[in-house]
Amino acid sequence: MKSTKDIAELLDEPACEHNKKEKSGCAKPKPGSAAGGCAFDGAQIALLPIADVAHIVHGPIACAGSSWDNRGTRSSGSELYRIGMTTDLTEQDVVMGRSEKRLFHAIKQAIETYNPPAVFIYNTCVPALVGDDINATCKSAAERWGVPVVPIDCAGFYGTKNLGNRIAGDAMVNHVIGTRDPDPLPLGTERPGIKVHDVNLVGEYNIAGEFWHVLPLLDEMGLRVLCTLSGDARFREVQTMHKAEVNMMVCSKAMVNVARKLQQSYGTPWFEGSFYGITDTSQALRDFARVINDPDLIERTEAIIAREENRIREALAPWKERLKGKRVLLFTGGVKSWSVISALQDLGMVVVATGTKKSTEEDKARIRELMGEETLMIEDGSPKALLKVVADYKADILIAGGRNMYTALKARIPFLDINQEREFGYEGYQGMLELVRQLALTLESPVWEAVRATPPWRVGGLKKSDTAVEQEPLSARAA
Amino acid sequence: MAEIVKRNKALSVNPLKASQPTGGSLACLGFDKAIPMLHGSQGCTAFAKVFFVRHFREPIPLQTTAMDQASSVLGADENVVEGIKNIAEKSNPALIAVLTTGLAETQGCDVHRNVREFRVKYPEYNHVAVVAVNTPDFTGCVETGYAATLYEIVKDLVPDAASAGTKPGNRQRQVNVLASPMLTPGDLEALRDLIEQFNLRPVLVPDLSDSLDGSLTDDDFSPVTIGGTPVSELATLGEARATLVVGASLRKSGELLQEKTGVPSHYFDHLYGLQANDALITALAEISEMPVPQKIERQRAQLQDAMLDTHFMLGQLRVAIAADPDQLNALIHLVHGMGCEVVTAIAAGNTPVLATAPVDSIKIGDLEDLEMMAKERKAQLLIGNSHAVASAERLGIPILRIGFPLYDVIGGYQKTWIGYRGTRQTLFDLANLVINFAHEEIEPYYSPYAQKPESERQACSPSCH
Repeated sequence: MKSTKDIAELLDEPACEHNKKEKSGCAKPKPGSAAGGCAFDGAQIALLPIADVAHIVHGPIACAGSSWDNRGTRSSGSELYRIGMTTDLTEQDVVMGRSEKRLFHAIKQAIETYNPPAVFIYNTCVPALVGDDINATCKSAAERWGVPVVPIDCAGFYGTKNLGNRIAGDAMVNHVIGTRDPDPLPLGTERPGIKVHDVNLVGEYNIAGEFWHVLPLLDEMGLRVLCTLSGDARFREVQTMHKAEVNMMVCSKAMVNVARKLQQSYGTPWFEGSFYGITDTSQALRDFARVINDPDLIERTEAIIAREENRIREALAPWKERLKGKRVLLFTGGVKSWSVISALQDLGMVVVATGTKKSTEEDKARIRELMGEETLMIEDGSPKALLKVVADYKADILIAGGRNMYTALKARIPFLDINQEREFGYEGYQGMLELVRQLALTLESPVWEAVRATPPWRVGGLKKSDTAVEQEPLSARAA
Repeated sequence: MAEIVKRNKALSVNPLKASQPTGGSLACLGFDKAIPMLHGSQGCTAFAKVFFVRHFREPIPLQTTAMDQASSVLGADENVVEGIKNIAEKSNPALIAVLTTGLAETQGCDVHRNVREFRVKYPEYNHVAVVAVNTPDFTGCVETGYAATLYEIVKDLVPDAASAGTKPGNRQRQVNVLASPMLTPGDLEALRDLIEQFNLRPVLVPDLSDSLDGSLTDDDFSPVTIGGTPVSELATLGEARATLVVGASLRKSGELLQEKTGVPSHYFDHLYGLQANDALITALAEISEMPVPQKIERQRAQLQDAMLDTHFMLGQLRVAIAADPDQLNALIHLVHGMGCEVVTAIAAGNTPVLATAPVDSIKIGDLEDLEMMAKERKAQLLIGNSHAVASAERLGIPILRIGFPLYDVIGGYQKTWIGYRGTRQTLFDLANLVINFAHEEIEPYYSPYAQKPESERQACSPSCH
């Protein structure tokens, strides 16, 4: 089990804006009015996309049972990450102190059945509480079976999902990154006059395969992605992350500790960016070139941006007409709130309010920059509060995580899912096309009128007539 | 408003259409102790029989006038008269429908005259109802043959108010239902249930849910239908409170029934989707003068919820549909109301209702047309009968099976499509097909620089650069 000191250290994240404020994204959840996942949830979500690793959840069934294979991330090769593995501890295991032994055998079974390059062990509340020494178990299992076994000590009661993300990042920095040097560049990939630079992406999860919209552009620029932590990643890629020239923090600051520690230990600079929307995608590509500071790369990058922006703006033109002026209430966590705003503004849509519950002070500053000082920032994400904002600000659509989908639908409000469970990829220039398609799909759907309509028999009461004989036939042709 | 595009090629490939006599037989099979007799060569009947046996998985009573070479050339009046007599003598039916085929019509038969001759020659069988219908297979489709047969049955077997002394509303709770062939036995059961919830007594005409619903009976074998609308019930139609006419193809029959009996007809082109069922329930509430039962209100709310849940999968979905006109129109309305785009609509025959469908154009054609147009217009999902399954396979898209015939599934005839509940299930089925088979995913991209494991690298196609 992690000591209070360990947890306090993880909570103290100098690279996080929240650190300076009393109120922070890692604040203690309030009993009776808490929402969101636990540290285990956060750790598992952060690392599960590493596709060829055997991910074993050490605990009774509640932890893995309702969370395995429940993420939209996609792999271009190995599918091992989709196989749910848990020690499924029983009462006997807990009472008789057999859980460590079971874990040891579980690791053996996973290695023998699936032959993974590495095994990740996620510790959960019950074994943490009874005092399983998972570090020791992992160490002896690794020695015994000759496969790296990485302990991720992420019992739910340690804290929030956000903390779990950091625990996961920490485990990668401490146990995996730096254990192997990158491969030489593959033969046949060199292009005359182009120097290949190594980079990493941290917090990119390849939801619905959306990173595949962006990766070809990075390839074209001559950027070798050593590793995306963790979308479509492999264990051997994570091992080489220390050799990158620059790291990009993609999603939120959840794994900012990885970027900071890589900078501390290896001097790698990092920047924060997003691939949602035209503006931000271009900015991210520019930032890579800027930080690497290769004049040729900067020039080629501008050419790629110009070409791609022209192409996509032309493709978006007919859609923009349909979406222009539509009013959006955006309720997402963290960095996504500002990155999605710019995507929507690119489309001529009006963002009437945005959620900032998980946003840092810096995120909020960027939101004000994008939307003006008057912007409504919503802290209270309860369904009732959200619906009130939708009504008060006459929003046409709610864009939020899947958890809020049914809040919107039950209130007969169009909805777009923007979180990790979604099935569509919105990243990069190409992703904008999917985004507009999905926006138009729900906004223009004929079902809204149908579900808002009162049943005809409640409109104006029914005719009473005893003389059906003389009545003209009701021409009730179904329209 | 849809533009109707007529057939423009010599060869029909993978026909969607089945014949008028097949449709006429189906209408007849919905009456109790009934048997259709096709006036044509034996094959006409054999094919229709196999068609229904495969669809319903039931024995199907069907007879033939067995025209041979001599009678085809020299006249087959004898075949009809003796055919009716033989059936009447051997099987003791309540109803015989004499349905012409292309052969008989080309030869120049007059089956109506033949029936009159039969009456003169064999008065001992006056208790057996006989209707004659012109259903040549060189025109129309299943639906038109069915409609023509029902029209003749209303014309010949429903007594008019003046001569029979019937009075609309004498039977306070009776509601007649003229049921289109797009209604499955499952649909008819659901419709009966809906009507009964308003304390009304439905008389379904015809009633395939009582004859071809796939139930075991006490009789081991019967040469005629077991179950269906009793022919005697036709005499009571004039006493009913109202008639519901379901299916645009039956409009003429509904008008005739009202003209003969004075019972007001209420017309419904179909019963798929929220609006269509709202119209039905409103009509039932008015006819019965009863409030809408809570249970039905609940089912309506369930359908609305399903519409919301499925609109994500069905919105902008490119759909191709092939069916007989009534059902095609119904399906177009249903999916259009969910935000789907109907990129291909193929009808087996041309009827007036098609022009009212919310789609740019409807092609009168075959399953080859369906397949080619669906391919060209990048359809993502097909809706059609079992014959269209091969088309769907070649196109690599999922199919929702509906219509006639359904021979590669069990119980297809029993599926319920109508009502709030049936519609809800249809939306779920469509959405599931999309989720499982039609979801367009982002193609995996393999970076030439990637440090993926050796074992995965063979899979990397050098597609980039």
